[in-house]
Parts: sequence; structure tokens; C-alpha cells
Amino acid sequence: MATITIKKSSPFKKLMSRYWLLYLMLVPGIIYYILFRYVPMAGLVMAFQDYKLIGGILHSPWVGFKHFEAIFNGPFFQRIVWNSFFISLMKLVFGFPAPILLALMLNEVRKKWYKQSIQTLTILPNFLSWVIIYGMVLALLSPSTGLVNEYIKAFGGKPINFLTDKVWFIVTLVASSVWAGMGYGAVIYLAALSNISPELYEAATIDGANKLKQVWYISLPGIMPVMVMLLILNLGSILDADFSQIYIFYNPQVYSVSDIIDTWVFRNGIEQMRIGVSTAMGLFRSVIGLVMVLSANKISRRITGMGIW
Amino acid sequence: MLLSRGEKFLNVINWLFLALVGFACVFPIYYILSVSLTSLEAFNKFGFQIIPSGLSLEAYKQILGKPLIPQAYMNSVIITVAGTLINMVLTILTAYPLANRRLPGRNFFLGAVLFTLLFSGGLIPLFILVRGLKLMNTYWAVILPSAIWSWNVLILKNFFESVPDELLEAARIDGANEFQIMKDIVLPVSMPALATVALFYAVGHWNDFFTPYMFLTDQKLQPLAVVLRMILRTLMGGAGVSVLDREIIAPTEATRMAAVFLSVIPILIIYPFVQRYFVKGIMLGSIKG
Repeated sequence: MATITIKKSSPFKKLMSRYWLLYLMLVPGIIYYILFRYVPMAGLVMAFQDYKLIGGILHSPWVGFKHFEAIFNGPFFQRIVWNSFFISLMKLVFGFPAPILLALMLNEVRKKWYKQSIQTLTILPNFLSWVIIYGMVLALLSPSTGLVNEYIKAFGGKPINFLTDKVWFIVTLVASSVWAGMGYGAVIYLAALSNISPELYEAATIDGANKLKQVWYISLPGIMPVMVMLLILNLGSILDADFSQIYIFYNPQVYSVSDIIDTWVFRNGIEQMRIGVSTAMGLFRSVIGLVMVLSANKISRRITGMGIW
Repeated sequence: MLLSRGEKFLNVINWLFLALVGFACVFPIYYILSVSLTSLEAFNKFGFQIIPSGLSLEAYKQILGKPLIPQAYMNSVIITVAGTLINMVLTILTAYPLANRRLPGRNFFLGAVLFTLLFSGGLIPLFILVRGLKLMNTYWAVILPSAIWSWNVLILKNFFESVPDELLEAARIDGANEFQIMKDIVLPVSMPALATVALFYAVGHWNDFFTPYMFLTDQKLQPLAVVLRMILRTLMGGAGVSVLDREIIAPTEATRMAAVFLSVIPILIIYPFVQRYFVKGIMLGSIKG
């Protein structure tokens, strides 16, 4: 400002006179983050209590690690942790390369209209809810009337029960998740690809490198930072497996392979009100996720020199 | 530039493969539409047809004739519109100050936002909180807990930071305050990012299944996603028939798919308009983290 501040006002006052409006704008956000993000984190202390709905956190007795002992010794523990891990892993194995492949292929298309149309089509599934996709799965994969099984039958095969067969159920989960996320994932890689200098490709062409070699030696290294970043973030959700999708898709016949930590927490916590033990399980999952991201970041820093922070 | 024969071949394969992928992405939507328009007799006789022979709107008449789906539709619209408005106001107000590199305490606030991406209290504490705040069975219960998504704060913040400083300095010299600068300069040039973030929020609300499933147990308040799942489940298994007592909808393949297609329609309508912003917005938001 043009006015010269007379005398020395306190640094705090000076700060406020310049930034008070910005701080004021932050107030609703701060309230939101405290109330709906950090208070629930503090609520995790319920994992160490026998939570009483009447008394609340302040009046519930402390029980130390009782709930954790119950969880770790529970017969269900190994199964749900393994299921969560396995489903996430399968989604990572197939869902991680798919958008990269799609982006690399789209990047080779020279006709802009074609590239854009394909992009438009492939991003669309990302905006469909799991309930809608479940409806599609029911319709397309139904053993009696579904199109897929019609074809299987037409070629003399036996109809497959995609939603009740233990193996096919996991295949359905993974495939529908790849289907839904691929196009959206490709957008980020395409952005990274468009940042690669065209001169690199020209130089490679002059040196006689063919298309595949160019992809391998120029395109892939170019998107490596994005790949590393997304992989680290993905590892943080290695025990998530996507709760909504599984809760909507699963049924008693496939519980043994699809009951994950989150579905267990939901059934025990929300449906049966076993607050303490389900909070403990949720805390376990959150901590593993955090540890995974932090260590993946550290390892990546050491090996590739890249990380999220 | 002349392409070698091998490269031409590779190009053709690439085009064909991409066409196949694109087709696979939209075909299920078309399939639903087709089945929902097929009359029961035609469906039993021919199954799926590219163009349904016994074209019939019977399924839609049935579904829209009962209050269940229209009511759920209304709830979804209310939650989506009100929720997205609140989302946008709060996210802009949070992201704008954080985009100011000189704001003292900025790193602390940014850190607090980022940390929520890595760690959360999880389901149960949130449930207890919402109960404690007496928000159960109100629209607030599905709007407030997700009023700000940290990713969207980052997208907007990154975009706001890319607005040239000279522009802002000029306005400051002219005596504009930060709020005016935001409103008159920064927001108008940030349309791609705003559209992207609004789309994320709107789609998030429209598709949200779990929050309403947990917090809205009163069926009169439940949005489409929850009701749709109930319909699909009921007609598939048989558990939960009681909830449908009020609205007996003939459980044909066509009615189920009509219900599914009805919930896809808003997305199909809005998507083409925001799509071009969206690709731009996500690129600008994600590149510089």
C-alpha cells in the first residue's frame, strides 16, 4: 500500500491488516477439517475403549489393547486381511498398466478427432456408480439371460455364474474396476506424454529407432515420474480393495473370498454396533495404509530418486 | 512424413484396438437401454437385440407410475445440487488463500489438508460423529461429511497458482481486496478447473451409495443409488422384498434396466458439456503437484 505505516505497529497487527481477508476465507474450511476430518481421527481412541453409546467417549471405560487382541486372534482376521490384500493386488496388477497402455496407444494417434472421441468414450465409465455398473453386470453376465452367457452357450460352453462362483466373482470385480477406471487414468498419463519434447522423437527417428523403441526409450521414461507417484499412492490403499464396489456386488455365496476389512467393519460396527472392535480394525487398516505410503515413498526416493514429497 | 509399411500396419492395429476399447466402454450402456425398451415377450423370445423388435415403453411407465423412483430421483437431485453448491463455495474459499505463497501459515494449513489424504479416522468414528451431531436422516448427513475433498482443494490451488502474478499485483495496486481479486480475476480465468471440480463433486454426490446408505435409513429420503441397489437386489435374490411392498414393480429384466438407465441419463446429459473442460482441468491440476 502507498500509505507509510506510522510508528511500529506489532508484527501481528501488520500481518492481519494484510491477510485478514484470506484468513477469514479459510475459516469455514478450517472448521470443516477440524470437525469432519480431525475429530474423527481423535475418535479413533474408541479402539481402546469399551464404547458406550450413552456415555460417549468421555465416559467409556478404557480397555487398552483388548480389542486388538480380539482382532489379531480372531479366526476371521487372516481371511479378511488376505481378501483385502489379494483383491487390491489383482486390481493393481491389471488396473495399473491398463491406463498406461491406453495412453501410449492414444498418444500414437495423429488424428485429433479420433483421439478425442476415443477419450470421450473411455472416460465415461468413470462417472458411472457401482450400483449402475452392478446393474450392467447383472444384465450382461446373468447365467440365464445375459449376453455373455448367450454367446458361451452358443459356442457350446457351460454358462458361468459370474457373481456366485468364487473365482469368477473376483475376475468380475477386477475386470469391472479396470473397465471403469482405465480411461480416466489415461488422462493423467496423456498429459505427461504431451509434455515430452517432440524433438526427442524426431532425433530418435533420424537415428533409426522404430515406433516401439521410441515408446520404450522415450515415452515410458517420460511418464515415469507420474507412474511412480500413482504407484505410491495406490500402495497406500493396498488394504482398501474398494468397499462400495464389493458391498454392492457381493452375496453370501462368495463371502469367503470377498469379505474384506471394510465390509467386516461395516457389518460389525454399523449393523451390530460393536463400536470398539470395529474401530480397532479400522485403525489397523488406516495405519497399514499410512505405513505403506510412507515406506513406498522412501524406497522410491532411494531407488529412483522420485517421490511424492 | 512417410511411414514405413510396418508402421502403417501398426497404426491400423492401434486404431482398431482403440475402437474396440471405446466400443467396450459404451456398449453396456446401450445394452441396458435396449433391454429396458424390449417388451417382455420379445425379450423372452429373442433376448438382446441391437434394435429391439417389440419396442415398448411399458417398463418406464411402470417405474415412473409408482412414487418410489421419482421420489428417489428428487432426493438425488436435491443432494447433488445443494451438495455441489456447498462443495464449490467451501473448496474455493479454502483453495484460494492456500494458493497465495506469501500467506503466513500456508504450509501448516496445506500440510493439514494433505495429511487427510494419507490418513483418516475411518467409518466408525464418522458414524458416531454424525449420530452425535443429530444429523441422521437429514440431507446434511450426506452433504457435510464430504463438503470438501482434499484432492479438489489441490486441483484448484494448483490452478489458482498458475494465474500470472502481474495480473493480481495490478489489481492490488488498484486497491482491490483479495475477495474482489478472487471474484473478478482469478475465478473467471479458472473455468476449466472449476468445471472439472464441480463435475467431480456432482458425480460424487449422484453416485454416492455408502453415505446415504449409512445415514439415511428413512426410505423417503434415500437417493437413487440406494433405491436402485435395493431394486436390483430384491429382484435378484428375494431378501428384502418387504421394502418393495409399497411399490410393487413387476420384476422383469426391462423394469430393472429401465431403473438403471434412468440413473445414467443425467450423467449422459451433463458429460458432453463438461468433458472438454474436464480433460484440460485435470491435466493442469495434476501436472504440477
